[in-house]
Amino acid sequence: MSKVATMRDAVAELVRDGDTVAIEGFTHLICFAAGHEIIRQRKRDLTLCRLTPDVIYDQMIGAGVARKLVFSWLGNPGVGSLHAVRRRIEHADPEPLEIEEYSHFGMVCRYVAGAANLPFFPIRSYYESDIPRVNPNIKPMRSPYGDGTEVYVVPPLRPDVTIVHAQRATAEGDTQIWGLMGCQKEAAFAADRVIVVCEEIVDEAVVRRDPNRTVLPGVVVDAVVPEPFGCHPSYAQGYYDRDNAFYLEWENVSRDPEALEAWLKEWVYELESHAEYVEKMGAERWERLKPGVATSGEVNYGDYS
Amino acid sequence: MSGDGELGYSKNEIMIAASARTLAGERICFVGVGLPNIVCNLAQRTVAPDLQLVYEAGVFGARPARLPLSIGDPSLVTGSTAVTSMFELFAFYLQAGLIDAAFLGGAQIDRFGNLNTTVIGEYRSPKVRLPGSGGACEIAIHARKVLVIMRQAQRSFVERLHFRTSPGHSGDPEHDRARGWFGSGPTSVVTDLGTYGFDEATGEMTLLTLHPGVTLDEVRANMGWEPKLAEDLGETPPPTDEELRLIREELDPEGIYTR
Repeated sequence: MSKVATMRDAVAELVRDGDTVAIEGFTHLICFAAGHEIIRQRKRDLTLCRLTPDVIYDQMIGAGVARKLVFSWLGNPGVGSLHAVRRRIEHADPEPLEIEEYSHFGMVCRYVAGAANLPFFPIRSYYESDIPRVNPNIKPMRSPYGDGTEVYVVPPLRPDVTIVHAQRATAEGDTQIWGLMGCQKEAAFAADRVIVVCEEIVDEAVVRRDPNRTVLPGVVVDAVVPEPFGCHPSYAQGYYDRDNAFYLEWENVSRDPEALEAWLKEWVYELESHAEYVEKMGAERWERLKPGVATSGEVNYGDYS
Repeated sequence: MSGDGELGYSKNEIMIAASARTLAGERICFVGVGLPNIVCNLAQRTVAPDLQLVYEAGVFGARPARLPLSIGDPSLVTGSTAVTSMFELFAFYLQAGLIDAAFLGGAQIDRFGNLNTTVIGEYRSPKVRLPGSGGACEIAIHARKVLVIMRQAQRSFVERLHFRTSPGHSGDPEHDRARGWFGSGPTSVVTDLGTYGFDEATGEMTLLTLHPGVTLDEVRANMGWEPKLAEDLGETPPPTDEELRLIREELDPEGIYTR
């Protein structure tokens, strides 16, 4: 059964006020188009989860969709700060933002626990760090096998909805990713509802020819949204490059609440869809971000008929 | 911003060259963005030809064809040995002890190499909210050698951290050995003024060399405690012509990180 939907319908139906939402992707495949639609539909009181909140959560938190942030590294990678987030944390401006923080490994293992239906996940981290002191959800535990090993445990993270961007998916939601994998698979399996956004919809035969590349089977996916360039200014390996210039320019937008509001107005509220955003960004930009070609070699899966 | 003073190289360039030399003979290195990225790429071309570059984004054996701005640049993937999930990278590579060396930095460091990347001021009402741990907390615990590269100033080399994100030495080497970690506090700190090791008996940061032209008074003026000095306090060898050529022509031709 086809699960293909527009971004507007998928977000309207599957993202609800008060939800815990994860838009994952470590630098790669961050679904800005979904974040923009959540802003456009003026969702409220979300708990946003991500290892690296990145510019997309700066935009969403600046737009007022969230009341809480769960994360492990807060910044504009390689550039600087997320000023809209910082204003809320440092000055409750325009309102407070609740935070709950871990390390990267802790966040990853929270998704793993959520995906694997475990009550907690043990890791060797946080020793002699102040992080557990400010986050009581990180708890020390001694190995039950009597070898005296001390670990810390983190609780499962089960988002109400996880949004994953992928290079390609079938209409039924079988999803394939290559390049940096982050923890999208874990975040999706941990979630109650899953939206897959993709650069292109492909035939089932394409997936079946290369099943090792599949990260999600359609059975865990609720909606499939084709949205070319949906990651910009993040990137999709092999499709378009990271728009580093955008990340650099964001520093100035983010610093100034009025500039941020004007940006949201121009690039989100006044546009109907991501397709309009793509058109407005202009063909020249997409040409500039187009990578060269580096295909993988073929492997032989074997024909056993 | 100008690079070449009378010494013929910039402060960043001597930091990069001195840091790269601390990687001599290392095999598997966890890389950060910015200066550490250039340091590791320089080391691979000089003192550590077998160096495998590992990125927390989930890349082992990266061969980036350009200088990545972010830690998740697509150029890290193309041509690498392996792309892994972040769970694999942190669990099977880092936590299991495969990482020989890693770079960390921070807004604050204390005399035992503990690092703060979380907050300036009170946690609940911060003066400056910093990025947080990322992978730093577990990297500090599991990498066999932790190398710190950061600029020196009163506000960053502090007597007391506002928050301990990543553990360093405790000040009690007995305790540190009993931790059972693969690493146990940083092994070196390279700044724009000099290079430091850590005293085996006390775990305290110890000034090993001053960069050419830098005085002890300058070092003292840029840290929050009286530095312990090595008995044979020396001078950092300046960057060689070949190191400068690699930095300027191959690794950072636009001078983004090095001038």
